[in-house]
Amino acid sequence: MPATSERAPPTSGSGIATTLRQPLRPIAWRLAAVVDIVQETPRARTIVLQVPEWAGHRAGQHVDVRLTAEDGYQAQRSYSIASAPEDPHVALTVERLDDGEVSPYLTDELRVEDKLELRGPIGGHFVWDVKVGGPLLLVGGGSGIVPLRAMLRHRAAALKAAEINARRHVPARLLYSSRRWDEVIYRDELARLIEDDPTLEVTLTLTREPTKGWMGLRRRIDRMMLAEVAWPPAERPHVFVCGGTLLVEAVATALIELGHDPQRVKTERFGPTGGAT
Amino acid sequence: MTSLFSRGFRGRPRSQLDASRLPPGQYETRDFPVLSAGPTPRVSLAAWDFAVRGPGGQTVRWTWDEFQALPREAITVDIHCVTKWSKFGTMWEAISIDTLLAQAAARDVQPAPYLLAECDGGYTTNLPLADVTGGHAWVALSYGGEPITPEHGGPARLLVPHLYFWKSAKWVRQLRFLERDQSGFWESLGYHNYGDPWREQRYAGDE
Repeated sequence: MPATSERAPPTSGSGIATTLRQPLRPIAWRLAAVVDIVQETPRARTIVLQVPEWAGHRAGQHVDVRLTAEDGYQAQRSYSIASAPEDPHVALTVERLDDGEVSPYLTDELRVEDKLELRGPIGGHFVWDVKVGGPLLLVGGGSGIVPLRAMLRHRAAALKAAEINARRHVPARLLYSSRRWDEVIYRDELARLIEDDPTLEVTLTLTREPTKGWMGLRRRIDRMMLAEVAWPPAERPHVFVCGGTLLVEAVATALIELGHDPQRVKTERFGPTGGAT
Repeated sequence: MTSLFSRGFRGRPRSQLDASRLPPGQYETRDFPVLSAGPTPRVSLAAWDFAVRGPGGQTVRWTWDEFQALPREAITVDIHCVTKWSKFGTMWEAISIDTLLAQAAARDVQPAPYLLAECDGGYTTNLPLADVTGGHAWVALSYGGEPITPEHGGPARLLVPHLYFWKSAKWVRQLRFLERDQSGFWESLGYHNYGDPWREQRYAGDE
């Protein structure tokens, strides 16, 4: 999930000092208005928000959402931003967790014209923009696609104006694992993106009950799949992996075994469980 | 402050809440989520060592076997992650930083007012000396009676339970003492420099 605990610049023991620089003002809570809701899959929907005084964000960042009950009780959770910085509105895509406290409210109850309190953008690590360059390798599982979609939308928007050659400098590949075909979030949008762009490749894998007629991959992402889909390590791709802990652990470990530079592999994990403690 | 009620939001039954144990904005989880910003580093115990480094560069090192032989404490604490989950009553076996500093002092390595914890994989986090001494912080070697797994920071992780859990650095290898404070990894990426969960110091500028 967005925001996180631990990890990893190449500075260990190098003595490179980072200047302490704390902004004077906190990241303020803002009252956003829900302007649209898009049902992406049976369990996930995109909430499109008008956020007053939104200062912009980078693809991959997240926001904190805060709900308040009538007795004053509050609950906060973090959600990745699904929209690109170029998009006119901030959008969040939320997947329903059946035993969740906040996500069922956002997927079942929240309506257009409701207000939603949030603050952000947050996070400065799991972020990418075209200036960082490519190749770009995105690996996602389930709703882990959300921050990766922001990167793909940003890439498409930023390159739209640029010359056709610019795309060749930031080729992108997405490997996306879902349980079933009807749970593939942004299915139609991904299809449109690859139609418009020969330098983008999208590979889907379905891990459960593959639809009859599905000719694609039908297993969890593994080392062999990554060896086929990912750029060779020599191409030095910028890698972003987002999904549940088991997927992220497996993918990141396999990428390192394949020879990718750990410093170029950025991860974001979410999900209710850490697997084995 | 808040004038907004979220229409139709009820939340979890309040009877399940132990408000005195839950810092603001947190919720209790029974799981132990894994969060990290990159791949899990794996290091052989033969190559592993732990270091305390003074501000002048003087360093004390322990091999894995030497480190294992240090006296341990059994600790049961609540932990609080900045991503909003809290987990109550986590059980660790850990070496007190006081123990490490006493051994370092015996070998003429003195601490300084700040420290940077440095880890395999390059992760760092910064802490004031006062927050890791006086029985407030440890280097943990076991969780729930078992060696700490790599994804939870094994073989050794820092344990500073009174601050947000990103300060409890996984895969810790060195405590580097500094005369002046220096931001760690998340602290230079928009997160709070100190990170007190009871004051909800999540992000730079909070409080």
